[in-house]
Amino acid sequence: MSDVMTVPKSRRNVEALLLLVALTVAIGANYIAGLDREEQFNSYFWTQAATFVGMGLLIHIILRVRAKYADPVILPIVLALNGIGLAMIHRLDLTRIDEATFTPVAPQQLLWTGVAISAAAVLLVFLKDHRILRRFTYISLIVSAVLLLLPLTPLGLEINGARIWISVGIGTFQPGEVAKITLAIFFAGYLSTNRDLILLAGKKIGPLQLPRFQDLAPMIAAWFVSIGVLIFQRDLGSSILFFGLFMAMIYVATSRVSWVLIGLALIGVGGYVALQLFSHVALRFDSWINAFDPEVYNRNPGGSGQVVQGLFGLASGGLVGTGFGQGRPDLVTYANSDMIIAALGEELGLIGISAIVMLYVLLVSRGFRAALGTKDGFGKLLACGLSFTIALQCFVVIGGITRLIPLTGLTTPFMSAGGSSLLANWLIVALLLLISETARRPAPSGPLTSSFPDAIGLNGRPTPGNPTEAAR
Amino acid sequence: MSEAGELTVTLLRYGFLVLLWILVLSTVSALRRDLVVGQRNKTGTPTAREARKNPELLQETPPPRIQAHQLVVTEGPLAGTTLDLTSSPILLGRAQEATLVLEDDYASGRHARLFPQGSRWFVEDLGSTNGTFLAGSQLTRALPVEPGVPIRIGKTVIELRP
Repeated sequence: MSDVMTVPKSRRNVEALLLLVALTVAIGANYIAGLDREEQFNSYFWTQAATFVGMGLLIHIILRVRAKYADPVILPIVLALNGIGLAMIHRLDLTRIDEATFTPVAPQQLLWTGVAISAAAVLLVFLKDHRILRRFTYISLIVSAVLLLLPLTPLGLEINGARIWISVGIGTFQPGEVAKITLAIFFAGYLSTNRDLILLAGKKIGPLQLPRFQDLAPMIAAWFVSIGVLIFQRDLGSSILFFGLFMAMIYVATSRVSWVLIGLALIGVGGYVALQLFSHVALRFDSWINAFDPEVYNRNPGGSGQVVQGLFGLASGGLVGTGFGQGRPDLVTYANSDMIIAALGEELGLIGISAIVMLYVLLVSRGFRAALGTKDGFGKLLACGLSFTIALQCFVVIGGITRLIPLTGLTTPFMSAGGSSLLANWLIVALLLLISETARRPAPSGPLTSSFPDAIGLNGRPTPGNPTEAAR
Repeated sequence: MSEAGELTVTLLRYGFLVLLWILVLSTVSALRRDLVVGQRNKTGTPTAREARKNPELLQETPPPRIQAHQLVVTEGPLAGTTLDLTSSPILLGRAQEATLVLEDDYASGRHARLFPQGSRWFVEDLGSTNGTFLAGSQLTRALPVEPGVPIRIGKTVIELRP
């Protein structure tokens, strides 16, 4: 470790360059989306451009002042993804703009983008160090429980059979999106404290070290939470997300395969029971297996029309796509939220969609890189958990659209129409930036020689190989 | 739409795809320095300019440590027992789940723990009743253990050996 001695560089100028490319992508996408309407440079275009340039620069300047050594590629990637998503939402608005009762979604989404980036900026300014969050381990458990229960109170709203929204004055909000951050904080705090207990205690059967029952309790609690979400809110996607998050974090904390096997077994049991008991889960499953059956295609509710239309769209896009504004992604229901990847795949083609997937891969890998670099266990687990939620969400959404797994209603991070998801994901980005800053910042007193306590020699004095700070 | 307009649209369409990949590739190339794990990252000698800016780069690296590969019980009821060190932590105590089960009345159930970090082994007291002593002084926090330094738990004394 101590022989890795690269000169610490802040790399903020690299970020500024990449930001320029990312802003070109974001604003260019919006320009091309409006090209057909012969009114490209209207007020919406300028508002979008100003928001992206202003907000991008704001975060960039805050990073220059507050977190000089933060990862240089996270911000450009996220800004580009957000811009592409917003352009697609705007483009889908344009197909229905002539209808009298239609209110465009894009301006509202643009407003949420501004709010979300401002929230990330506030978090970057006021949270000096992510380790402060560790003090709120159990508080964040309570907050997550409250957030998950909110939709079941009279405040909650039921849309399309899932009860995961609450109404807050101006619109709807999805508390589960914020709950995934607070749950990640709880798991990180809990596991970084109790890691050794879980690791060392327990019986060994064959190659597997089984944990003791009392150490298993939080895992079972997490399982009940995700099953509870499934039963009471009827939301398959979130329950997969929460359980997957916990499983990933406990695997990262203990590096025991037995936990993953137990988790997969619990998923299997839960999935089988849900399949037998709940008609909506069974319908989802059926419309995944028999998607192209005409009977299943036309069934209402629970038909496979949405996913099959998405596949037709992807097929007509082909390798290079139909071009922004040239395809018909509006034929798919929920094209601007659940199915936005299908819409992008149709208009940007395989080449474009693989670039988007690459951007997600890079973002997630930077999250894991920050986890590898940071020195405190809490930060490692938190960065792993947060980047894993982004990865899992992408997998569930893209896998559902390409019919690799059953389609579940999760949001595509940074792209889908929906303010709460955007807000939560920008907060995740702020946290990842903070953790990456502690990972890359050079130690204040030089390389690792003094960051460990000194060894005590035979005579109770420090060994000669490691002079203490005072001796120097 | 006129022919020229159509051409522009087509150019913009392909241009956007190219732009997307420019973003991806420039991001990857910005990370190139970070992705190299081995040789390139360990820069040999810093240049004069780098050294002026960061004086700590000039310090020589400490001499390589002797790696511990074995744990030996030197005193107490289990004297003579040896244990090969792997990369997993070791739990010392009277409890049955301990890695080294001490038959020592003065040891607690879960007494102390040895764990590797980097190239070194650390010892940590797990809140035992009678305490753990490293080279004669009682442990209050996790401390690194060099080979040959005695760790006393009750009547048992253990040592790491290369």
